[in-house]
Amino acid sequence: MNGAQDMGGVHGFGPVEPEPNEPVFHDEWERRAFALTLAMGMPGGWNIDMSRFARENRDPAEYLSMSYYQIWFAALETMLKERDLVSDDEIVVGHSLHPPVPGKRVLSPADVLKVLHRGGPTERDTNTTPAFKPSDKVRAKNINPLTHTRLPRYVRGHVGTVERVIGCHVFPDSNATGAGEDPQWLYTVRFSGRELWGPDGDTTTYVSVDAWEPYLEPA
Amino acid sequence: MPDHHHDHDHSELSETQLRVRALETVLTEKGYVDPAALDLLIETYEKKVGPRNGARVVAKAWADPSYRARLIKDATAAIAELGYAGRQGEHIVALENTPKLHNMVVCTLCSCYPWPVLGLPPVWYKSAPYRSRAVSDPRGVLADFGVTLPQDTDIRVWDSTAEIRYLVIPMRPPGAEGWSEDKLAELVTRDSMIGTGLPKQPKDLT
Repeated sequence: MNGAQDMGGVHGFGPVEPEPNEPVFHDEWERRAFALTLAMGMPGGWNIDMSRFARENRDPAEYLSMSYYQIWFAALETMLKERDLVSDDEIVVGHSLHPPVPGKRVLSPADVLKVLHRGGPTERDTNTTPAFKPSDKVRAKNINPLTHTRLPRYVRGHVGTVERVIGCHVFPDSNATGAGEDPQWLYTVRFSGRELWGPDGDTTTYVSVDAWEPYLEPA
Repeated sequence: MPDHHHDHDHSELSETQLRVRALETVLTEKGYVDPAALDLLIETYEKKVGPRNGARVVAKAWADPSYRARLIKDATAAIAELGYAGRQGEHIVALENTPKLHNMVVCTLCSCYPWPVLGLPPVWYKSAPYRSRAVSDPRGVLADFGVTLPQDTDIRVWDSTAEIRYLVIPMRPPGAEGWSEDKLAELVTRDSMIGTGLPKQPKDLT
């Protein structure tokens, strides 16, 4: 979706302001919201692409007015409610009012490090061959889906060069909607600053995105 | 603005805090979460996993040419040799800086970051100013960090749009010949592994 999350090239946000000696979390609720989000992945049953869509799928003004973990927490609430794992009345009173959905797997303390260490690799076996090879010229398609995509607006319609064939990876546009992993070939595609930004681009800068094959066409 | 959340007024913060607490209670009462697992998740990313991991990787690459070669060929495997692996680092690529090429990493769409080697991202990395300008004005962003590169050094920005995570291998500063890997690691800053900073110089260490 063409939401506020797609920020590449937007003007007006001002300078980057690093915080000296920044703590990992700024408030206790950030710690809990972070951990709840990670822990609920198992009983919740959603995937990372569904999580990203739940975060970005909101009014741009709202997205820009929320802190990072406020967005995480709002998305967690959304995903829990969509799956009837909690309801609004329970959040209001702060207690369980309805029986839990049975048969959910729960992250146990003994499994935390194992689960983190395993992670969620997205490369998949395939018997297809990639359509593009390194140094091929490709154009990022002009797509504007209402659903989740990982092709940023600032590269759409622009011509770049395939630098690397990464492998066959889970396709977020499909995975985010629950339509399945639909693995696709993934490429690193490099664009020049001039191609992306015209005469306002710096001739000494290059930008790459990692783009799945359905995002690309020969140029 | 997302990076100014600590400036929000007190009542709003309290409301968020209460709501998070309420949801944790509900989820715990329903048996979906074990609070001890939450504590362990927090402790892991607050105390154990952080940029010192990445600094060890870079220092080893500086000190050991064969490790450097393995890191460039397959960073995920080479990093796993040091015990770092998993969530948000399932597929890692190492990017070598040279006098002619400076690498910088961003995630314009969210906050993708190589957790096993750098920990959780700082607020600025997740903020609108960085995500918007890193791809269109990387030299300007570097100036925000007080970094000026020669005009004939190309800048390559890597937008982490998939599940590939990027770790910048900065250039080894001169004057640290013969140093141990532990000592070299003290020169490696978090920002130098994102590409928004440079390593410390040997004279900076006291």
